[in-house]
Amino acid sequence: MSEYLLDVQDLHTSFFTDAGEVQAVNGVSFHLDPGEILGIVGESGSGKSVTAYSIMQILADTGRIVGGRILYKGDDLSKFSEKQMQKFRGKSCSIIFQDPMTSLNPVFTIGSQLKEAVVLHTDKRGKEADERVIELLELVGINEPQKRVKQYPFEHSGGMRQRVMIAMALACEPDILIADEPTTALDVTIQAQILELIQELQLKLGMAVILVTHDLGVIASMCDNVVVMYGGRICERGTASEIFYHPKHEYTKGLLRSIPNVNNMKERLVPIAGTPINMLNLPKGCSFCARCDNAMKICLDRVPEELEINENHKASCWMNVKQAFEEGGAAV
Amino acid sequence: MSAPLVEVRNLKQYFPVKTGFFGTKPLKAVDDVSFYVNPGETLGLVGESGCGKTTVGRSLIHLYTPTSGEVYFNGERVEKGNIKQMRRRMQMVFQDPYSSLDPRMTVEDIIGEPLDVHGLYKTKAERRERILSLMETVGLNAEHARRYAHEFSGGQRQRIGIARALAAEPQFIVCDEPVSALDVSIQAQVINMFEELQDKLGVAYLFIAHDLLVVHHISDRIAVMYLGKIVEIADADDVNNNPMHPYTISLLSAVPIPDPDIARSRKRILLEGDVPSPLNMPSGCAFRTRCRYATEQCAQSCPSLTDRGNGHMVACFNR
Ligand SMILES: Nc1ncnc2c1ncn2[C@@H]1O[C@H](COP(=O)(O)OP(=O)(O)OP(=O)(O)O)[C@@H](O)[C@H]1O
Ligand SMILES: Nc1ncnc2c1ncn2[C@@H]1O[C@H](COP(=O)(O)OP(=O)(O)OP(=O)(O)O)[C@@H](O)[C@H]1O
Ligand SMILES: [Mg+2]
Ligand SMILES: [Mg+2]
Repeated sequence: MSEYLLDVQDLHTSFFTDAGEVQAVNGVSFHLDPGEILGIVGESGSGKSVTAYSIMQILADTGRIVGGRILYKGDDLSKFSEKQMQKFRGKSCSIIFQDPMTSLNPVFTIGSQLKEAVVLHTDKRGKEADERVIELLELVGINEPQKRVKQYPFEHSGGMRQRVMIAMALACEPDILIADEPTTALDVTIQAQILELIQELQLKLGMAVILVTHDLGVIASMCDNVVVMYGGRICERGTASEIFYHPKHEYTKGLLRSIPNVNNMKERLVPIAGTPINMLNLPKGCSFCARCDNAMKICLDRVPEELEINENHKASCWMNVKQAFEEGGAAV
Repeated sequence: MSAPLVEVRNLKQYFPVKTGFFGTKPLKAVDDVSFYVNPGETLGLVGESGCGKTTVGRSLIHLYTPTSGEVYFNGERVEKGNIKQMRRRMQMVFQDPYSSLDPRMTVEDIIGEPLDVHGLYKTKAERRERILSLMETVGLNAEHARRYAHEFSGGQRQRIGIARALAAEPQFIVCDEPVSALDVSIQAQVINMFEELQDKLGVAYLFIAHDLLVVHHISDRIAVMYLGKIVEIADADDVNNNPMHPYTISLLSAVPIPDPDIARSRKRILLEGDVPSPLNMPSGCAFRTRCRYATEQCAQSCPSLTDRGNGHMVACFNR
């Protein structure tokens, strides 16, 4: 059996709140190869961030992984001691968050925060660590790093702060970079700089990237493979071309119809009807069922099985199963 | 050619900002902006965060008193004295559907407020009838009328805000990032509603948004702003297919296109550096510090908009 860099198997993560159990992630599986850029896209509240936090094991106090396994190079993360986990978080896998202002400490200089990360995650100390800090700032394209290290976060623009966050995440040269909406708070021109930077570093350092975003444009320009989430589950996965040109799940199809068509800008958009689902009260069958125009009876009752469309593409929609059955292709 | 519905001439909006112990410095949020909007038309307004888009919208309907410049509505000058009546015809929809509605008011009272302010009904029954018909227009259920704003989802709240903006039968609505806070799958519902209302009622929009694809989709013409000034304004397709200002070109090349083949074959024209502080503007053209084409002249004076044919206006010496 070949071993993946990261292998998420049937992950279930819940929050135990006063209002009840929120099943935020419900059986998510995917894997990641070295140097791959995997995109995770989906409705707000569909469990993208919780999936990322589950991998890093940085869930809120009320959150818990209640099922499944996460393997890093074949080792089960749940068997890691706190010390091993800290090493994983530092050396193997780093995360950058959506809002760079809340994740930098306003009362310390950029330099001291970066140095702390370097000291924590590498064996560099003193002058060597200082040099590494400058090197990292140069790597993420910040001019005059000698001057910048003495400044505080508020003295930097949003784009620069996000660069500092990336520098911090790279301090340990991780195998995996998880970027949770790294550019959502930024302008398009700054977003382009940051995306270019991530791409460049991925090429240069060979790290794998999990890119969480709701922006289909970002997915299309960055990702090799795409996972589409809805209601805590993966509804469709495949290469970017398969997902964009041959979507096989009604949610993905709807999502693509609800954004302007770049080939015909004046074409009316086709919205997805209804409102997002209530995670406290998940339906028994397919979670997209209530908003799906083509829902059948089975969709109400049973969660769809994932069907292989081709070797680069899988989808979880009963319509595909029905079609395969009618064509006599698959045994159902 | 018909007369414009809204005309803005040399609008300036400066905010005094404290600088140290001594005195203040003007922050030129909007600096000499002119444009027009035709009846039933959508003018898109785009540009980076802080370039003054919201301020243009707010000054236009006198939510701020402009530092200088004039706004004409149907040929009549908008002033302090007549703004209250004018506001019947000029409304605004705000970016954030979560904070722009009073959560303790019922949907009925939120939508009814402009009717009350302008005395647009004779009997209670008439008021209710108007409200229900507005709710129907924006696709809200009549049984929602007595519920409170906080009970609704983002998309539904945005509909409530739009119903309120429509209540006094405006001819013009400033839409400030009306879909940015919404989920992609909900955005299309709201965008379609704006388009349907325009077809049905002939309202004109100033549509402010940072999603350039959405703006291209909905707009007849587009204005591009950079640091308080309009640098390019033209037909929506012209701006997108034949952008001329260096800033517009890099802005458009930075937009991620949701189509893998196109996205991968495209080259991004990356802008160096960040937007300068509006308190510390470069001399001459504000864009010159990030511009590949900048020359001596750009530091000395600021180019004004000139017509490059077909009403395609560009403010640049070198393009
Ligand atoms: N600390 C928490 N307590 C209770 N529920 C939570 C908590 N954190 C997340 N959830 C719930 O888990 C679900 C998944 O949330 P998650 O943050 O993963 O969504 P997301 O896909 O990242 O959405 P977005 O695109 O809005 O960031 C949501 O229904 C959310 O309300
Ligand atoms: N009431 C105010 N007092 C002082 N400065 C202000 C005020 N409102 C806006 N500004 C400043 O004016 C400039 C333009 O702000 P504005 O909100 O119009 O930008 P915007 O283009 O709408 O940005 P965004 O895309 O982030 O909404 C900014 O520098 C802002 O800080
Ligand atoms: Mg998230
Ligand atoms: Mg604004």
